[in-house]
Amino acid sequence: MPAPAAHPTLPADLIACHECDLLQTEPQLAPGETARCARCKAFLARNPPDSIDRTLALTLCAAILYVLANVYPLVGLEMQGRRVEVTLLEAVQVLWRDGMGPVAGLVFVTALLFPVLELLMILLVLVPLRLGRVSPKLAAFFRLVRSVQPWGMTEVFLLGMLVSLVKLSHLASVILGTAFWAMAALIVALTLAGRAFDTRLLWQTPLAEERP
Amino acid sequence: MSTSHAAPHLTARQAGLMSCHICGQLAHLPDGDSHHLRCPRCNAPMHMRKPASISTTWALILAAVLLYVPANLLPMMVTTSLLGSQEDTIMSGVVFLWQSGSWPLAAVVFFASVMVPLLKIIALIYLTASVQRRSRQNLLQRTRLYRMVEFVGRWSMLDIYVITILVALVHFQGLAIIQAGPAAVAFGAVVVLTMFAAMSFDPRLIWDPLTDTDAPDHD
Repeated sequence: MPAPAAHPTLPADLIACHECDLLQTEPQLAPGETARCARCKAFLARNPPDSIDRTLALTLCAAILYVLANVYPLVGLEMQGRRVEVTLLEAVQVLWRDGMGPVAGLVFVTALLFPVLELLMILLVLVPLRLGRVSPKLAAFFRLVRSVQPWGMTEVFLLGMLVSLVKLSHLASVILGTAFWAMAALIVALTLAGRAFDTRLLWQTPLAEERP
Repeated sequence: MSTSHAAPHLTARQAGLMSCHICGQLAHLPDGDSHHLRCPRCNAPMHMRKPASISTTWALILAAVLLYVPANLLPMMVTTSLLGSQEDTIMSGVVFLWQSGSWPLAAVVFFASVMVPLLKIIALIYLTASVQRRSRQNLLQRTRLYRMVEFVGRWSMLDIYVITILVALVHFQGLAIIQAGPAAVAFGAVVVLTMFAAMSFDPRLIWDPLTDTDAPDHD
């Protein structure tokens, strides 16, 4: 496994745009500022204030909301005195038993498994970073976060619930469960956590220690 | 927002550097064997460009196109009630929403389930074909198109979630039962395949022809 050396003469603030490959120097960012590529305007970096503390707080909040969103029923239906309520996992199970294995698997992975993996791995990375214990193992976890991120689709799931409830509203009265509101709040917390996280901290801290 | 300062049109590839997909670290491309390189900072596999980007993207697009047909023609949802059995495709579901008066939702579902997958496939075909032809036109517009394809793709999953909730809630024995139809599997596959296609496409290939003089091949 040959590792190409990080060249000693490369300036530390030299970066290549990940979308058009243009070499440029990363500007010094004031808190709250965003850097974009000079040529293709791709997002390069952001400098969110208090990054680690805010991200940690929001992610912990999201983790609690995630538990609520999975323990309580999401939505329910009342029809002629009969009442049906489902949690997320029950909904997946019904699909599975109906012989819709691939679809059930897709929903399980995108709405249930990957969001919790993302939360856990962000916490696994952030807690040691907050305690000042930076280890190279963090990087591996963060690589996993990056590959899991596009597949967590909680916000799409929430919209899907709304659409299905509108479809059903003419034949029965619909009930929004505790988990529905927990999931709505979860989406807000996750979005804010994503915005508050400065990924550069993860890579810059270990390098800063190596420098003489 | 601040724009970074750049040396006029010098790319990392021209400078013999490659950047890590994950952490952005730059590293010199060693002479000779350039396979199985790993990032010196985060240990992720490193490539000058995503490996076999164009052919992988083509293969995934083709699979998505094939599955797009059954996804739209077969029933997505089967409703069995006292009044008999009814099969709904994606499009007839949209029509139902429209006729029942919730036209904003009809528009959302139409956009997410019909337009997005179709436009996404067309956009990916255009992007991959133009990169293969080494086009130097509309570089910025094509990069923006790619960003849009990446951003909007996940919303196509909407119909899969709608059917999940409907199936889970409506099983009043003797009154009404909703089941997912075969189109659900095909549609889910289209969404996943187009997302993978967008991921395997390397947007830096759009800009490469600008700096190609003796064009090292990267596909």
